[in-house]
Amino acid sequence: MVSRAERSPVADWWWTVDRWLLAAVGALIVCGLVLIMAGSPPVAERIGLPTFHFVNRQVELLAPSVALMIACSFLQPRHLRRGALVLYVVAMAGIFAALLFGHEVKGAKRWIFGVQPSEFLKPAFVILAAWAFSEGARRHDVPGNLLAIALLPVTIVPLVLQPDFGQTLLVCLVWGALLVMAGLHWLWFPALGGVGVVGAGLAYKFAPHVRARIQNFLNPGEGGGQADTFQVETAHDAFVSGGWFGKGPGEGTFKQILPDSHTDFIFAVTGEEFGLIFCMALVGLFAFIVLRSLIKASSNEDPFCRFATAGLAMLFGIQASINIAVNLHLMPAKGMTLPFISYGGSSLLSLGISMGFLIAVTRKRPRSEILFDHRGPPEGQAA
Amino acid sequence: MRSAAARADQPYYEPPASHAPGPQEQPEPVVAPIAVEAAPPPPRKPPPFFLRRSFWGALFSTNLGKSRSRIRFIALLFSALFCVFVGRLAYLGMTPNQPSARREAAEAVSAARPDLTDRNGEVLATDVKVMSVFAEPRSIVDKDEAVEQLTAILPDLNASDLRERLGKKKGFVWVKREVTPAQQHQIFRLGLPGVGFLPEHKRVYPNGRLGAHIVGFTNADNNGLQGVEKFLDDQGLGALRASGLVVQHDLRPVALSLDMRATHAVRDELAAAMDRFHAKAAGAAILDVNTGEVVAAASLPDYDPNDPRDAQGADNFNRLTYGVFEMGSTFKALTLAMALDSGRFNLNSSISGQAPLHIGRNVIHDSHNHNRMLTLPEVFKFSSNVGTARLALTLGPDYQKAFLKKMGQLDRMRTELPESREPMQPRQAHWSQVSSATIAFGHGLAVAPLQAMMAVGALVNGGYLVTPTFLKRPADFDKTAQPRVIRAETSEALRYIMRLNAEAGTARKANIPGYFVGGKTGTAEKVFHGRYDHSKLFTTFMAVVPADQPRYLFLTVMDEPQRLPGEPYATAAYNSGYVTGRLIERISPLLGLQPRIELPAQPFPLLARMGYGFVNQPAKSGGED
Repeated sequence: MVSRAERSPVADWWWTVDRWLLAAVGALIVCGLVLIMAGSPPVAERIGLPTFHFVNRQVELLAPSVALMIACSFLQPRHLRRGALVLYVVAMAGIFAALLFGHEVKGAKRWIFGVQPSEFLKPAFVILAAWAFSEGARRHDVPGNLLAIALLPVTIVPLVLQPDFGQTLLVCLVWGALLVMAGLHWLWFPALGGVGVVGAGLAYKFAPHVRARIQNFLNPGEGGGQADTFQVETAHDAFVSGGWFGKGPGEGTFKQILPDSHTDFIFAVTGEEFGLIFCMALVGLFAFIVLRSLIKASSNEDPFCRFATAGLAMLFGIQASINIAVNLHLMPAKGMTLPFISYGGSSLLSLGISMGFLIAVTRKRPRSEILFDHRGPPEGQAA
Repeated sequence: MRSAAARADQPYYEPPASHAPGPQEQPEPVVAPIAVEAAPPPPRKPPPFFLRRSFWGALFSTNLGKSRSRIRFIALLFSALFCVFVGRLAYLGMTPNQPSARREAAEAVSAARPDLTDRNGEVLATDVKVMSVFAEPRSIVDKDEAVEQLTAILPDLNASDLRERLGKKKGFVWVKREVTPAQQHQIFRLGLPGVGFLPEHKRVYPNGRLGAHIVGFTNADNNGLQGVEKFLDDQGLGALRASGLVVQHDLRPVALSLDMRATHAVRDELAAAMDRFHAKAAGAAILDVNTGEVVAAASLPDYDPNDPRDAQGADNFNRLTYGVFEMGSTFKALTLAMALDSGRFNLNSSISGQAPLHIGRNVIHDSHNHNRMLTLPEVFKFSSNVGTARLALTLGPDYQKAFLKKMGQLDRMRTELPESREPMQPRQAHWSQVSSATIAFGHGLAVAPLQAMMAVGALVNGGYLVTPTFLKRPADFDKTAQPRVIRAETSEALRYIMRLNAEAGTARKANIPGYFVGGKTGTAEKVFHGRYDHSKLFTTFMAVVPADQPRYLFLTVMDEPQRLPGEPYATAAYNSGYVTGRLIERISPLLGLQPRIELPAQPFPLLARMGYGFVNQPAKSGGED
């Protein structure tokens, strides 16, 4: 065991880190391993890969991901901000490189060298936005709020160009929530809502697949034809056929025809094989991580850490919620992976970084350090 | 900190006193440890809030003090969301497992099946797309009108029956399966809401009766009911379909072991022979002894798989795998092989041919008595019952039972065809002397003809028991990986005595010149009311072609063939043997066997090396039936 008496970086880390959060993330990773074994073999066989191809890839990437998570969780806030800035710049460069040189996959240019840079943009964006908001609300000599407001278009324009509406939606929602959290005057709420409605309206008007999906959701079976409701209907049938206790691992049949059973619809496969009670427990695990982080955030005295914790928790929670809601047919189909459960190399590494950041900003810190961090000698401001 | 900033700003715009009931912007206690409260307000009428700089300042700035409560509010929203998820999951748990209308339809639609081909790729069974009419009763506006219009186009539909079906509260009902394109077009033009079409697969067997027992057939839902069709369903196709997963593509054709040309010739000859000998039923098969592939098979009477009603006839069962029969003297080959393989007998050994043989109260006869010592080849050539019985008795019933077990004659033989049966054998754990003696010459043990073929195939192919298959084996199939049941020398000796039998014994009718045929007849009397009936025969004939390097084993069985005018008997040689001869003559060239003008000089080298020089000499004629 790590001794409290000695002060070493590891001991500091162990005694200040939120071990409940760490345990929950660990549990989620274990669940992910089990569930990828259920969800991915049919897909691998369908596209002519070895049965456990995706499982092997996921396990190979899990080690670097966990290492990244632990490494990131050691960062002090100021180092974290610098790291996030570097990550943001690198990811943005990657996105532009993908736009220019990447191959088009399913109508979008998101990939470069087998990496999806937009995944890495998200945690970096959240940290930078949290930083800008906290500075903007705290001091008037730094145009933090303006920076925070400028950050949004800078981030989402390349995402829209890809196009990647899922990530755009995610980034906008987290940004909006951070803005609200920063203490925005309530009179702005209708305006914010109006912008959201207008944005959704524009997407509905000018993106045909968005329109088709929304129409399909509102009036299943009409207009779009059979193929468009196929996924959600199959997912629904998978949950129902699994029942409370599931059919047992490997016994699922709907996964054979569910197109994205290893990514977007792995929750439905979980429902069929492990049952609804297990699904509820999984929802509970996500809820635990999100709510615990938010509660920790609300009691954190350092504004930056407070915003960063809340932002990362919301990023994680909104992504999981959208995936689960689509699986449960509570919202129109939207490609969104379930954190730590769905297959995806970039996503896994990015989650490692996100969770590392989250654990880093929820670490207990002495109040003196917080004060020092913000009002110490002028060069400390650089952060 | 916010308050510090506010304080710094305020004096320029507004006296601090005017702060009284400001509707929005009470600065809350905040993070900063040094929050300072404003002084109590003197009573003075404040300007409206939108004129105050503080309002605009608050409107365009953010306020850290609110962040805690707002985070808690967001946490509350998330809790609500997660509760909705759990609630939705619980709702799904309460939902009865009722298939959606579309899945119901997918289940009802007859599914795709892989094509079946013969070993050369000729199509034996394939799917043809047809359209079927369905209705969604819930969406039909005027049911009477729909019934009236539909029955006008489909006159063979029962109107009241259709009305009743449309009245059900179901999401999906069939109106009519397999309509013609013209009918489909007419119904389409009616424009009835809630009536639609689904493409279905109809199984078609372009070769009709050829190989029908092997291929099997399907019902209207394209489920396999017999033969390889059922086998495919049992292999997992059926399970996939049962869960509503219709596999449309990726169905590779399944190649059977059958050769269509050979199968056609077999059925043709067999049908002619059945007619000629007025037999009740007949069966014939050709087995590749080295791979176990059944390259041709026919069982008569047969059926047209395109007409499933025809197929269900009670008399149409597959006589090669589902019927079990006493195989008669063809079983003597097994007894001879047992004797030779035991090491206690060799080709020069003799055994008493003294007839009749009394065992207890039972008497065993020979059709022709040779009251002398017979060599083992003579026992076979004369088809001596007493000789074979004595061989079995010398080795003992337990030895015989173990040998037959090893040869696969006492257990149900499992091939791809679901139609198979347990052999009928004496029930005792230890066979009696008389059971043993009769089984030695093929009475008292009933097996499927193909099962006997498997054993005789092992006797001639060098000693490997290869389970017959109806699917094409890969080209690199290696029989030596199969269990060895007799020694190679024994196998060669069996080939020699079968060849001898064709040259100079009971199998002369099948000795087609140039093919170096070896053969064995078998005639069993059928049992009626517990007694063997001398007038009702079950005749069998097995021939191996060519006997020196065996490729194919021919089998013909006939149920109650009649004696032809001008012929002495109705025993195997005169009917089954005759048919087999014709089959060898007609089919061997099809299978790539070329007739040899000169017979092989050294057909049995192993035996010659062991000192049986006589086996390579042509035999003198002189056998009897």
